[in-house]
Amino acid sequence: MSVRTVLQHADITRALTRISHEILESNRGSDDLVILGIPTRGVTLANRISAIIESVDSAVIPAGALDVTMYRDDLAQNPTRPTRPTDIPHGGIDGKTVVLVDDVLYSGRTIRAALDALGDLGRPRAVRLAVLVDRGHREFPIRADFVGKNLPSSMEERINVRLEEIDGVDEVTIG
Amino acid sequence: MRHLLTTQGLPRDEAIAILDVAEDMAAVGEREVKKLPTLRGKTVINLFFEDSTRTRISFEAAAKRLSADVINFAAKGSSVSKGENLKDTAQTLAAMGADAVVVRHWASGAPKTLADSGWIDAGIVNAGDGTHEHPTQALLDAFTIRRRLHGSASRGRDLDGVSVTIVGDIVHSRVARSNVWLLTTLGAKVTLVAPATLLPVNLSGWPVDVSFDLDHAIAQGPDVIMMLRVQGERMAAAFFPNAREYSKQWGLNDERMRALPASSMVMHPGPMNRGLEISAAAADSPQSTVLDQVRNGVSVRMSVLYHLLSGAVER
Repeated sequence: MSVRTVLQHADITRALTRISHEILESNRGSDDLVILGIPTRGVTLANRISAIIESVDSAVIPAGALDVTMYRDDLAQNPTRPTRPTDIPHGGIDGKTVVLVDDVLYSGRTIRAALDALGDLGRPRAVRLAVLVDRGHREFPIRADFVGKNLPSSMEERINVRLEEIDGVDEVTIG
Repeated sequence: MRHLLTTQGLPRDEAIAILDVAEDMAAVGEREVKKLPTLRGKTVINLFFEDSTRTRISFEAAAKRLSADVINFAAKGSSVSKGENLKDTAQTLAAMGADAVVVRHWASGAPKTLADSGWIDAGIVNAGDGTHEHPTQALLDAFTIRRRLHGSASRGRDLDGVSVTIVGDIVHSRVARSNVWLLTTLGAKVTLVAPATLLPVNLSGWPVDVSFDLDHAIAQGPDVIMMLRVQGERMAAAFFPNAREYSKQWGLNDERMRALPASSMVMHPGPMNRGLEISAAAADSPQSTVLDQVRNGVSVRMSVLYHLLSGAVER
């Protein structure tokens, strides 16, 4: 199967800029927002969204990381996974609107785990979900509130998100 | 990882993976909800043939924080004191559905016997066997050293170039053995300091330097000085003239504490004989990591249980 690039650097930046505006719009401003990325690439995206919101709204939006490894339901099916740091910004998540950020939304199992993980850390007023790519094939009643690109795909296809901070290049490929 | 029986031969990458997950487990210990759902439905049995309060409760806390069910089995007052052998005990635990068995035994090699026997399918963690090994103690010591040296930048790092001096009853110490293997695997330089009577007769194959002079070893300014407990219960014969003599020659007293660089950490696996191998001032100084070691023990054991009980089963 051939690999093709579906999003390039400019596309990713545009998508994240739009998502940032949508977050501000739906939240009616930047009050009580906390952006939490799911490692690894969700954290990078969360930081970028936080920076974009800061540049348009000139408010500092706390961004952090939420590791969901220990909450996954497939730990017995795969080799032991390393954990990643969870970093909850000062001020916590109680009463806040938490926007979870991940690179690809697929089965929804990661987000299910993330909701459980959040519940052990506090009680947000609301939880929203932002993803760069929604590739379908949901196995849970979960949907994203903010989507960079809907990318219908077959389950055999691999979607690869590369980000400059980690991979040296911004691109999304499918193949 | 199927079992954790020894640190001898534990690959560097695997050791670092355990320490890295322990970093995240330490963060869980600071939350309001100190619990993860990871091992729900798993049963961990603490099988202790030898008294040990701190190791047992540390393993118990670790298993409970991961939501495993914990059964404590102390040999005293059990079927073992009525003459049951290890095989029957193991098969009983297997029939109860143990997923992991944490074993403390007075006989060196007992955990390995359990792991190799086929009597029980569970993952085995060696929680100290005779004078052989105590791998989770070494892992928590390595974790404590790494954290004191590198703080929040610890992840992924080893102990390259760190000088560690281990002092005292080496011959009876499983803590010393596990630490020698693990710390050298991680790149540390280990020096043993002890009276000749408390050193193993044959040290060939041990990647260590040996010294008989504690003051000389302290003058080298080690990054870490680890004081071992004088194990009265394992000494049938007299290995040194008396406690005062030992303390004078081999104890970390206030004078030696002053000679130690302010950056050196003072470790002790506990329980301490204050006034014998370590003075109260040394044990309670800011350089002492004794309480950190206890705290980190839970995080490291959570990581070990996670590595044993998660992941596709490799059988």
